[in-house]
Amino acid sequence: MTEKATTSALLYLDGISVSFDGFKALNELSFVIEPGEMRAIIGPNGAGKTTMMDVVTGKTRPDEGDVFFAQGAYDLSKLDETEIAGLGIGRKFQKPTVFEMHTVEDNLLLALKNDRRVGATLLWTDSAEQDDRIDALLDMIRLGGVRSRIAGSLSHGQKQWLEIGMLLAQEPQLLLVDEPVAGMTDAETHQTAELLKDINRTRTVVVVEHDMTFVRELGVKVTCLHEGAVLAEGTIDQVSANERVVEVYLGR
Amino acid sequence: MRILSAVSFAVLLSLTVLAGSLAASSAASAQGAGLEQGLQKFTTDDFSDTSEGIGAVAASGNPRAADILGALQDGRLMFDAASKTVFIKTAAGAVVNAATGRPAMLPDSADNVRLNNRLRGALDAVMGTLTLLSPDPAKRLDAAQAVFKSRDPKTLPALGTALAREKNSRIRRVLQEARAAAILSSDGADDAAKVAAIAMIRDRGDQDSLALLQSLPKDSPANVREAASAAVARIGRSLEMWSLLQNAWYGLSLGSVLLLAAIGLAITFGVMGVINMAHGEMVMLGAYVTFVVQQVIRAYDPSLFGYSLIVAIPLAFVVTGAAGVLIERSIIRFLYGRPLETLLATWGLSLILQQLVRTIFGPTNKDVGNPSWMSGAFDLGGMTITYNRLWIIVFAMIVFVALLAMLRFIRLGLEMRAVTQNRAMAAAMGIRTARIDALTFGLGSGIAGIAGVALSQIDNVSPNLGQGYIIDSFLVVVFGGVGNLWGTLVGALTLGVANKFLEPFAGAVLGKIAILVFIILFIQKRPRGMFALKGRAVEA
Amino acid sequence: MSNAFRLTRLLDRGAAIFLVLLGAFAIAMPALNLLVPASSPLHVSTYLVALFGKYICYAILALSIDLIWGYAGILSLGHGAFFALGGYAMGMYLMRQIGARGVYANPVLPDFMVFLNWHALPVYWYGFDWFPYAALMVVLAPGALAYVFGWFAFRSRVTGVYLSIITQAMTFALMLGFFRNNFGFGGNNGLTDFKDILGFNVQAETTRNALLVCSCIALALAFLVCRFIVTSKFGKVLVAIRDAESRARFLGYRVESYKLFVFVVSACMAGIAGALYVPQVGIINPGEFAPGNSIEAVIWVAVGGRGTLTGAVLGAILVNYAKTYFTSGILAPYWLFMLGALFIGVTLLLPRGIVGSIKYGLDRRADTRAAALEEDTRDDVAPVAAE
Repeated sequence: MTEKATTSALLYLDGISVSFDGFKALNELSFVIEPGEMRAIIGPNGAGKTTMMDVVTGKTRPDEGDVFFAQGAYDLSKLDETEIAGLGIGRKFQKPTVFEMHTVEDNLLLALKNDRRVGATLLWTDSAEQDDRIDALLDMIRLGGVRSRIAGSLSHGQKQWLEIGMLLAQEPQLLLVDEPVAGMTDAETHQTAELLKDINRTRTVVVVEHDMTFVRELGVKVTCLHEGAVLAEGTIDQVSANERVVEVYLGR
Repeated sequence: MRILSAVSFAVLLSLTVLAGSLAASSAASAQGAGLEQGLQKFTTDDFSDTSEGIGAVAASGNPRAADILGALQDGRLMFDAASKTVFIKTAAGAVVNAATGRPAMLPDSADNVRLNNRLRGALDAVMGTLTLLSPDPAKRLDAAQAVFKSRDPKTLPALGTALAREKNSRIRRVLQEARAAAILSSDGADDAAKVAAIAMIRDRGDQDSLALLQSLPKDSPANVREAASAAVARIGRSLEMWSLLQNAWYGLSLGSVLLLAAIGLAITFGVMGVINMAHGEMVMLGAYVTFVVQQVIRAYDPSLFGYSLIVAIPLAFVVTGAAGVLIERSIIRFLYGRPLETLLATWGLSLILQQLVRTIFGPTNKDVGNPSWMSGAFDLGGMTITYNRLWIIVFAMIVFVALLAMLRFIRLGLEMRAVTQNRAMAAAMGIRTARIDALTFGLGSGIAGIAGVALSQIDNVSPNLGQGYIIDSFLVVVFGGVGNLWGTLVGALTLGVANKFLEPFAGAVLGKIAILVFIILFIQKRPRGMFALKGRAVEA
Repeated sequence: MSNAFRLTRLLDRGAAIFLVLLGAFAIAMPALNLLVPASSPLHVSTYLVALFGKYICYAILALSIDLIWGYAGILSLGHGAFFALGGYAMGMYLMRQIGARGVYANPVLPDFMVFLNWHALPVYWYGFDWFPYAALMVVLAPGALAYVFGWFAFRSRVTGVYLSIITQAMTFALMLGFFRNNFGFGGNNGLTDFKDILGFNVQAETTRNALLVCSCIALALAFLVCRFIVTSKFGKVLVAIRDAESRARFLGYRVESYKLFVFVVSACMAGIAGALYVPQVGIINPGEFAPGNSIEAVIWVAVGGRGTLTGAVLGAILVNYAKTYFTSGILAPYWLFMLGALFIGVTLLLPRGIVGSIKYGLDRRADTRAAALEEDTRDDVAPVAAE
C-alpha cells in the first residue's frame, strides 16, 4: 500500500490479472496515466483492451493487482460502476450506447453532473443554467440541429458524438474512450480527433483505437497491449518501429 | 417315510392349536373323525364352540382343512343347524359339502359361521401354520411372515416341522425369525433362548422387529431386557440409515423426473435464449401420445400392451418435435431478441394447447396403464424400490447421455454449441442459424414429449399435467446454469433430493417453499446458475 | 410559473381527457344505478356496478404493472401476489368485522379458526379490527415483500427472464403457503362471508356504489402518481435503465435503487387494488396467487400498450370485459383459445398495444411535420404547413 501514498498518477494499474474460465484476458498488466495526459492504446483483438476498461470502471473485478485513481486516493477494485462513475471516470463503449428512446437533449440532461439519488431526480425541475450547459454541449458535439430528435434515429457517427457529449456532460476527470471513430468517414474521424484534443485541454483521456491514422493524428504517447500485457510504449513512431508490435499487430 | 412325517406333523399341529381347548387325540384315528367333530362345532353358532372347531379342523390333518378354514376366513362357510351340516360356498358361488367336498344343496335355514376378532386372530395363526407346508414357495414365505407377525408361541411346534422340511434358504431364514419371535413371546422359553432369539430378530432389523422388541414385557429378566434394548438401538440406527437411503432414492427419482422435464427447456434456453412457457404442454402432449398408443393397442392387439411405451417414445418425440418446429417457425422466430414477449406468447400458446387437449380428450384424467415390467416393487435391504421409478431413473440417464453424445458427436450438436457460444460468429461461419433454431426448438420439444411418456407412468394424465412441472423445470435451469447440460443434471438431482429430504421435516408444501427461497437466495450469489458461462459469452 | 409548469407536465392532453372521462364515469354509474328507476332503459344494474368496480381494481393493478414493465423494463410475472396480499389485509379487516355474527358466533375468532379448534387469535391478526391499521397493512405488506424481494433481486442484477421466473416462483410459493390451514388465513377457502365495511353492509347497493367511486378515486390517484413518476427526471432515468442499463450505471446512476423504488411503489399500488377488490367480490382465497393470474394481468397491459398509462387502464377493462362477455355465453369453452390467441397476437402483431400504436402514429405525423418545418426554416423560407 506504499504506492497508494506515493504515486502521482491519475490512474495507476499494477500487476492486474483477470481470467475467464482459464483464459487470461489480462496478464500482470501495469501502466500509469498522469493527470492531464492523453494516451492511445492499441493492440490486436483479444489483447485485453476492453477488459482493461472493464477493470477500471468496475465492471470486472481483477483477480490480482492494484487499480488506484487520483494519486492513489481510491482503490477502484473495491468500488462498483456507480461509485466509480461518481468519482469522475466516464466511459464510452465500443458499440455506441445512448438512450435510444430519449431525445438527444434528454440524453445529455441525464448525463449532466447532478445529484443522482432517487429523491433528487423525482423532485427535479428544469433550470435555465442546465439548459445553457446543454446548449453549449450540443454546439461542441455539433448536434444542435437535432436536439429534439429521438437518439435512436441518429446516424452511427452522430451517436458516437452524442456519447462523447454525454461523457463531457458528466464533467469527469478521466475519459475512457473505446473506438470512437469506428464506422466514421475520414472527415468525421478528423473532426473527432480535433474534439478529443480539445477535451484533453481540461481532462485526462485514454483512447482505445485500431485506426492508426487516427492515432497518429492524435500525436500522443501510445501503449500497445498484447495477450493481456504491455508489449510496447512510446511515441507512435517508436511503437510502430518495434519488431514485436509489427509482428503481432501492425503486420509487415 | 412320507406317511410318518405326515403323522408326526399332525401330532404337532394338534399339540399346537388344540392347547387348552381340545384334548389330544390319536392323530391317525382322528383324521376323519377329527374333521367331522370339528365341523360339528361350527353348527352351534357359539364363539367358544367355533374356536374349538377351528382347532379340531386344523388338527385333523385332513387335506380339506385348509379349504374349510379359508372359507371361514372369507365368510363363505355356512352351517345348517337342523341337519348339523356345514357347507362351503366357493368363490364362484357353487355350494359343496364341507366334509366331503361334493356338490350340495344349501338349505334355506343355512347361516354363516360367525367370527369375532379373537377368532379371526386364531384363524390367521392356524392358517399360517397350515400353509407353512404348502408346495408353493411364495405361499410358504407369506405364511412364515404372517407367523412372524402373529408371534404366537403356539405355532412353535409347527415352525419346527416346517424348518425341518424347508430347503429354500430365504424361507428358512424367515421361519427362524418367526420361531425367534414365538420364543420371545412364550413364557416357557429360557433366558438364553430368548437372548439368542433377540439376536435373530435384531439381524432382521425392520419396523416389525423394532415393534416386537419394544413390546417385550417389562418384567423380563435383566439380561433379556438389556439385549433387547441394545437390539432396539441398533435396529433404530439401521432403520434410520435405510430411511435416509429411501429418501435419497425418492429424491433421485424426483430429480430424474425434473431432469426429464427440464432438459429440453435447458437446450432451448441455452441455445436460443428463449424461455418456452409451453414446454410443460409439450410434456403433456407426450403423455397423451402414450394414451392414444395404448388405446390403439388395446383396441387391436392387447397382447402387445407390454410394448406400448416402446412404441410411444419415438412417436411422442416425433409428434412433439414436429409441434416444436411448427411453433418456432410460426411464432418464436418473429420474437428473437424480445425474450419477455416470447414468454408471453408461449404462455398464450400453452393456454391454447391445454384447451385443445381438453376439447378433444375431455378435462378428466386419462387412464394410462403400466406395462407389467413397469409395475410392482422389490425390497432392497430396508427400502422398497418400485419398478416404474427405477425405470424412469434409468430412462432419464439414457436420455441425458444420448443428448450429451449428440451434442458432442454429431454435426447438429456441434452447430448448436457454436450458436450457443456465439450466434453472430456461427452465422458468419456459414451455419444456418435459422435452421439450427428450428431444429433446436424441435429437439427441446421432442425431449419434452419423451418426458411426457415417462411421466404418464407416475402422474395423472390430464390437460394440466404440464403446469405442475413448468416452474420446477425453470428453477432447475436457473439453478443449474444456462448452456451446460451437466448443470441441468446436477441442478435437477440436487433439487429433487433436497425436496425429498426437506419433506419429512417441513412437510411437502413448506419444503417446496424452502426450496424456492433457497433458489432466490442462491441467485444472489450466482445470478447465472451453478455452471454458468463466464466472460464475454454472457454478454451476447 | 414553476407550479404551472409542473401541472402541465403532469397533465398532458391525453391524461386530462382520461381523468375527465374517469370522473364522469364515477358520477354517472351511481347516478344511473341509484337515481334512475329500474324500469328505465338508462338504469344501470347493481351487478354492473359491482362488475365495473372490479374492472377498475384490475385497472389499478394494470397501472402498477405498466409502471415497472413499460417504463423500467421489469416484467413481473408475480404481481398478483402483491394484489392478493393487499386483498388479504383487507379481508382480515372484514373478517374481524363479522364479530359474533359468524356461524360459530365467536366474537373474536373467525369461523375457520374455530373450525380448526384454535383458541386464540394469532399475533399477526392483532389490530386488523381497526381500519386504519388494516389500511396501513394493505400498503405495507406488499410493500415490504417487494422491498425484500427487490433488494435481493436488483442488488445481484437479476434481470430479464430470470427476474420474471423468480417473481413467478415467488407468487407460486405464496400460493402454496396460503393454501395451508396452519398459515392462519383460511386455507383453501380463504376469507369470505363478509358483513360490514366501516359499519356499512358490503352487500348494500349504496355500499357497492361507494366502493366503485372509491375505486375510481384510487385509480385517478394511482394514475397521477404514475404520471408524476414517469414525467419526472426519475422517469427519464427509468426509461434509460430499461433501454441501456449498463450505460445508466456508467453514468453514475444507482440502478438498483431506482428499480427498487419503483418496484415498491408498484407493489403498494397493486396492494391497494387488491384491497378495493375484495369487498366488491366478497372473497379472497389463495387462487388469487395463482401464477396464471399474474401473467394474465401482464397481457392487459400489453393489449392496451405498455409504456402508456392510459393504455394499461384501457387494456385491463377491455380484456376483462371480453372475459366476462365470452365466459358467460355459449362461447365459454372457446375463451381460453381466445385468450391464448390474444397473447400471441398482441406480441406478434401489435407489440405497441392499442394506445401505443395510436400514439406512435400521431408522433410520426408530428415528426414528419417537424422535420419539414426544420428544413424550411433552415432555408429561410417562410414556414409552409406540411401535409
